[in-house]
Amino acid sequence: MKPRQKRFVLIGLGLVALAVAAALVLNAFQSNLVFFYTPTQAANGDVPQGRSFRIGGMVEAGSLTREGDGLTVHFVVTDMAKRVPVTFKGILPDLFKEGKGVVAQGQLRADGGFFASEVLAKHDENYMPPEAADALAKAKTAGTQSSSTLVVNPR
Amino acid sequence: MIPEIGHYALILALCVAVVQGVLPIYGAAVRNSSLMAVAKPAARGQFLLVLTAFCCLGYAFAVKDFSVLYVAATSNSQLPLHYRLAAIWGAHEGSLLLWMFILSIWMVAVSFFSTHLPEAMRARILGVMGLVSVGFLLFMLTVSNPFERLIPAALDGRDLNPLLQDPGMVIHPPMLYMGYVGFSVAFSFAIAALLGGTLDAAWARWSRPWTTVAWCFMTVGVAMGSGWAYYELGWGGWWFWDPVENASFMPWLAGTALMHSLAVTDKRGGFKAWSVLLAIMAFSLSLLGTFLVRSGVLTSVHAFATDPKRGLFILVFLAIVIGGSLVLYAWRAPRVGLGGGFALISREGMLLANNVLLVAALGSVLLGTLYPLFLDALDLGKISVGPPYFDTVFLPLMTPAIFLMGIGPLAQWKQASLPALAIRLRWAFGVSLVTAVVVPWLMGQWTPLVTLGLLMAFWILATIVVDLRERLLQAEGGGSIGGRVALLPRAYWGMVVAHAGVALFIVGVTMVKGFEAEQDVRMNVGETATLGGYTFRFDGTQQVNGPNYVAARGTIHVSQDGKEVTVMYPEKRRYFVQNQTMTEAAIATGLLRDLYVSLGEPLEGGAWSVRLYHKPFIDWIWGGCLVMAAGGILAISDRRYRLAWRRKEATVPVEAQLARPTVT
Repeated sequence: MKPRQKRFVLIGLGLVALAVAAALVLNAFQSNLVFFYTPTQAANGDVPQGRSFRIGGMVEAGSLTREGDGLTVHFVVTDMAKRVPVTFKGILPDLFKEGKGVVAQGQLRADGGFFASEVLAKHDENYMPPEAADALAKAKTAGTQSSSTLVVNPR
Repeated sequence: MIPEIGHYALILALCVAVVQGVLPIYGAAVRNSSLMAVAKPAARGQFLLVLTAFCCLGYAFAVKDFSVLYVAATSNSQLPLHYRLAAIWGAHEGSLLLWMFILSIWMVAVSFFSTHLPEAMRARILGVMGLVSVGFLLFMLTVSNPFERLIPAALDGRDLNPLLQDPGMVIHPPMLYMGYVGFSVAFSFAIAALLGGTLDAAWARWSRPWTTVAWCFMTVGVAMGSGWAYYELGWGGWWFWDPVENASFMPWLAGTALMHSLAVTDKRGGFKAWSVLLAIMAFSLSLLGTFLVRSGVLTSVHAFATDPKRGLFILVFLAIVIGGSLVLYAWRAPRVGLGGGFALISREGMLLANNVLLVAALGSVLLGTLYPLFLDALDLGKISVGPPYFDTVFLPLMTPAIFLMGIGPLAQWKQASLPALAIRLRWAFGVSLVTAVVVPWLMGQWTPLVTLGLLMAFWILATIVVDLRERLLQAEGGGSIGGRVALLPRAYWGMVVAHAGVALFIVGVTMVKGFEAEQDVRMNVGETATLGGYTFRFDGTQQVNGPNYVAARGTIHVSQDGKEVTVMYPEKRRYFVQNQTMTEAAIATGLLRDLYVSLGEPLEGGAWSVRLYHKPFIDWIWGGCLVMAAGGILAISDRRYRLAWRRKEATVPVEAQLARPTVT
């Protein structure tokens, strides 16, 4: 091969590699992006059906109940405007507490309840997951709730 | 008083760093050797000053001086001494000081081990490192000073985050930072070469050991981080594609590409401009990683809003370092030249393909990490990019890279013949394919992914065997096997060991992904559960008091086929100061499997929810990383680098001519 041809082949191969990588990335992005919604949006039905997403907010005080198997738990996530009942089967993270911020990932069921496949743990007790803080702040600016409990304390 | 001394030492260090960053580089430009000679004493002086500051902060922690804001924020009077000292790097300000301290260690190391370098080269390298430390010292002194006072003093500290109270945490950040900051040496070599306008094989030979050492630290650091997540978070996962993990993984990928590219520059004089670009990339990603993790950008983009000055400084600093070096690259790189030509099918070609794949993988990780941040910063909605994205992108990009990894070492430089390679490797391929198909089938569960993973691992090992056999047969005058083994250079053995490490790592990942089992169960006292052939019997919990926590410790007897294997003691701890609950998993490690038990929540009647895991081969993941790092160490102990240290005065004039700027 002449140097000129070789350069073309090299550039061509580079472009092919780039195209394959880009296709992989776009394809994976398409199916693996997880969007975040507030409890208000979930309660109003502004969320995708049959697709996994995240909701965040506060665990309502006194809402945590446990089924007889000791593993299935129910609690309510609220942004102080709307409430969404959540069901989760498994062990909750250490930092899960009533009255604290939480982010759950899962799907909405037909009855309006949220079935979580994952409840997210964070590393610090004072830390409010940004999504949860955001949901609370949004509901607050919507003027639906007084602000005394909304201690947003991002690290 | 002591904290003020530390603060003062940092200010002095900044002055010295400015001198070190300006005079030697200017001196190299005008060829004034008395100005260039400033570099060495300045680097050493700066080291002593930063060391002083570091010791002062350590002292403040040791004597529990809660009038220092940072000490009060990250430690507590009940915290044991070793964790108080580790708390130096427990949060933002202190970890910047650690970064700076390690940078000064690398500077001193360069000042000692650079006697064989041309004077101008050495002056430029130390000068560039000085400029980097100017940036960091300015950052610390303006917006994140670890010595800031808290008046009136706190009665007691707020304690170190319980997650960080762990031996792994004591050693993981320094290791990782040794790697991050170590890439600053390769970066400085690259910038020095761009400034000087010459870049030859000798330059690559000098950069290689530094890059490899940094890479080894980085490998161990990332592996330890992963191990820490495994046993400390209590979730049994070893890699979550968390942005914080990605931040340390990206410079590692760039560093890996850089090491291989430097090999070509050293041996064949090729890939010059590419090596320089990779060096810039590796260090830029290290900076990005440090700041992403430590500035709070990742936990919340709004951390910028809480301290806008800090965020702004970071952005400006990143822009100057990355933008500045890329501009310099665009301006000077054409002068550096591309290096010699080569055929597509050759060792260079394969290393190039490997490099492209590594960088493409790096790009996809970068995109997945930064995209949510961008969207959030532009207020376009909140999303997260989960592990499935990284898995689906990473595997197809790495698979061809791994296959090339087997072929590359056997291909000739400049031009290789594909048919000849195919003949040399046909047995290796056959054996690895058959093994990869049969082994999972024997284990009772055949899946394509497990076979693919094992195929990659066996392929690496089989090609190593073929390569070794050929080289040992060719080794001349060796006579006995031992003699022949000794004839092969250590750099070669280093490569073999590191590649074998990759194979071990792949075995670990494949087996864990393919065969791990987990179970969340409710266990009454005396109840049993079975997982992976092991029977776990829960014998209740009892209270245990630690120095700064109280724990419920469970007792779990594990048996297999009626014989007791081990007793495990998982704990649920509550740390007093932050009133934080922590799961302390119990892990029974083994060569072929880990058993992992963590306590969930207490239920009525002494029962607990318990999480059980059976993780085959998981320790191979970290073992493989350690073997990789060991390969790196072996490689830099090669004779040719040692000769480079010793070869001092005699050869300097010649090399000085080589390194003289071509444009004057």
